[in-house]
Amino acid sequence: MHLVYPLALASLLFSIGMYGVLARRNAVLVLMSIEIMLNAVNINFVAFNAYWQDNLLQGQIFALFVITVAAAEVGVGLAIVLLIFRNRESIDIDALHELGDSAAPPRALTTTRPDAEPQLEHRG
Amino acid sequence: MADNAWIIPALPLASFFVILFLGKRMPGKGAYVGIAAIAASLVVAIGIVIQVVSHSGDTPFVRERAYDLVNFGAGHWTLGMKIDGLAAFMLLVVCTVSLLVQIYSTGYMHGDKRYTFFFAILSLFTTGMLIVTVADNLLLMLVGWEIMGVCSYFLIGHYWEEEPNSNAAIKAFLTTRVGDVGFMLGVITLYWGAGSFKFTDIIEKAEAHQITSGMIVAGTLLIFCGAIGKSAQFPLHTWLPDAMAGPTPVSALIHAATMVASGIYLVARLYPVFELSSAALNLMGVLAAITMVGAACMALVQDDIKKVLAYSTVSQLAYMTGALSVGGYTAGFFHLFTHAAFKGLLFLGAGSVIHAVGTNNMSEMGGLRKYMPRTHLTYLIGCLALAGFPLFAAFWSKDEILFDAWNAAHWGTAEEGVLTNPGVGKLVFVAAVVTALMTAFYTTRMYCLTFRGKYRGTAHPHESPLSITGPLMVLAVPAALAGFLNSPWTTTAHSNFGSWIRFGGAPHAAHLDPTMVVFSVVTGLTGIAVGYLVYGAGMPSRDPTLNMGFATTLFENRFYVDAFYLRAIVRPVRVQVAAASYWINQNILDAPPNLAAKGGVVAGELAYSFDQNAIDGVVNGSGRVASIFGRGLRLLQNGNVQAYATGMFAGVVALAVIFAAR
Repeated sequence: MHLVYPLALASLLFSIGMYGVLARRNAVLVLMSIEIMLNAVNINFVAFNAYWQDNLLQGQIFALFVITVAAAEVGVGLAIVLLIFRNRESIDIDALHELGDSAAPPRALTTTRPDAEPQLEHRG
Repeated sequence: MADNAWIIPALPLASFFVILFLGKRMPGKGAYVGIAAIAASLVVAIGIVIQVVSHSGDTPFVRERAYDLVNFGAGHWTLGMKIDGLAAFMLLVVCTVSLLVQIYSTGYMHGDKRYTFFFAILSLFTTGMLIVTVADNLLLMLVGWEIMGVCSYFLIGHYWEEEPNSNAAIKAFLTTRVGDVGFMLGVITLYWGAGSFKFTDIIEKAEAHQITSGMIVAGTLLIFCGAIGKSAQFPLHTWLPDAMAGPTPVSALIHAATMVASGIYLVARLYPVFELSSAALNLMGVLAAITMVGAACMALVQDDIKKVLAYSTVSQLAYMTGALSVGGYTAGFFHLFTHAAFKGLLFLGAGSVIHAVGTNNMSEMGGLRKYMPRTHLTYLIGCLALAGFPLFAAFWSKDEILFDAWNAAHWGTAEEGVLTNPGVGKLVFVAAVVTALMTAFYTTRMYCLTFRGKYRGTAHPHESPLSITGPLMVLAVPAALAGFLNSPWTTTAHSNFGSWIRFGGAPHAAHLDPTMVVFSVVTGLTGIAVGYLVYGAGMPSRDPTLNMGFATTLFENRFYVDAFYLRAIVRPVRVQVAAASYWINQNILDAPPNLAAKGGVVAGELAYSFDQNAIDGVVNGSGRVASIFGRGLRLLQNGNVQAYATGMFAGVVALAVIFAAR
């Protein structure tokens, strides 16, 4: 099999993942998109391992490592998402901009009372 | 012990620094540190004295130890110590008196606002005196000498809030300084002649006639100037009575027992050189005769108990100088030894009295024997010792001095083969006899006015605490018994004072000339008897010493010596020299600094405008640029995570493009 097929598949998956990371608002979807990107990378590792006929199987082993790390990362990420949801009843990433410069456009925090409940934003 | 004598001055020095820096936070406000240090030094000193006393042999006991200080070219100077019998007994005296005075001060100075500083300076003073004592060369001795000078200044001016006290301190400092200049020139002269500062080298070269006799005469005369200043001999005696402005323990330690004796000690240290210079000896004799009689006269008319003791000290120091001038090396130093005991005792006793009645004036005392039994008894012992009452300390030492002066007057030679002019010997002898008579009289007067008769003051006298009377009782023992160290009953070769402190030759034995003893006893007892007849019942209605017409006026005005100094030296210096130096200072010496200052002002103004406009412009500008950039950059931090991620990916893409293109 020519190397271009897996590479094309990987590029496609990576682009889909990047789109998801940059464009989706739902934090769970963003996490899933990251998974897609990582798997695109895994395909590259495995493809190049086969292409170079590496007897040490470095590409495959590295792919295994990536899968492991990705599993851990998803665990941590979902826990964060869960906590955010518990606190704010929303997992909209756009609403999480408290670390930004309050005066900076385009989104300025309009009402921030220190003793008030966390501001809730519900979007579609 | 004697090889490690450096410990003796080192301990008080350490205690000085400890008290100075940590004293206020210590229990006892630092006093215990000083007392512990000097007590340890005293133990070492006693060890050395035992070593000296148990030394037997034909050569005198000497231990020398020296370290290189400078060793290049023609100069090879060493720093070291020389412990012989003389130094050992001096160490004993200094450590004992210093220890007792420090214990006494814990009671006497209790509640003083500069209590800690007082103890620090007492320690430093003791260090200075001990350095003088152990020094093996003139240079190191000069160092200790100056330490003592400055400590004396601090202690006389301890109550500096009152102007007479600080003036007295300045007077003492400047007057002794006059003598010190001579001392320093003498050190240089002897170094020039002998090529060394060490006593041993100087004495060796002088005795081998390797130093020209002119050099020896000049050197000894100049060194004697230092002794005149420090030991308060005429014509530099005027500072000592004024120095009584200091606290009484200080008077006892510095202005009676130790520092003022250092001039005598200096001469004794270089005595073999002085022996070769009859000019210096004759001058010493004449000045001693003038001083002892003059000071005794002034002591007759004093009302201040401390002033009586001060003049008595001047007079007794002159006794020592007189003894040295007629070849009485042993007699002179022995008198120093006994004098330290009984004069220390008398001063501390006077302090106890002053503490009790709150005044120095004997006209407001009297009858204190009932109120202060312990002080009275010890003071009586001190008075008997000073008056030369038979078997008490000064009886033996004065007798020795009279005997030596008599010999010098008759044969022109005294025991150690010193050549003194017989005329000077006669002068010293006559002066010593007259002084002995007057001493007995004024001592009795002082004792009776203080302790006999009825109390004339208004305070409520009471016995002093044990911290004050304890040292008195300790000092009363040597004041009564020290004389037996050199009495005719200790004439065996190695068991008398003379053989312990000798610097060479055969051991000196004490003399007991029956005629002289009778003469001296009669003199002393006459003085005491006359004094007791006049003052025994207390203050007479007309005090005879204050009604001698012209003589009283003369004595009370201190022979006009102070007035003469004031007119001839102090005022001209203050009016003319001071004015001239002020003008020179203002107009000539200050001109370059003023010019420099003006230049500085102009340069400063230039620098200011440069600083404000150029340097601050750059600084402010950089701040302004940073804030402009910051205003732009803050737009990027909008808090939208996906916007950041977009930027990151864009960057990665850009890097990928750049690397691909290369």
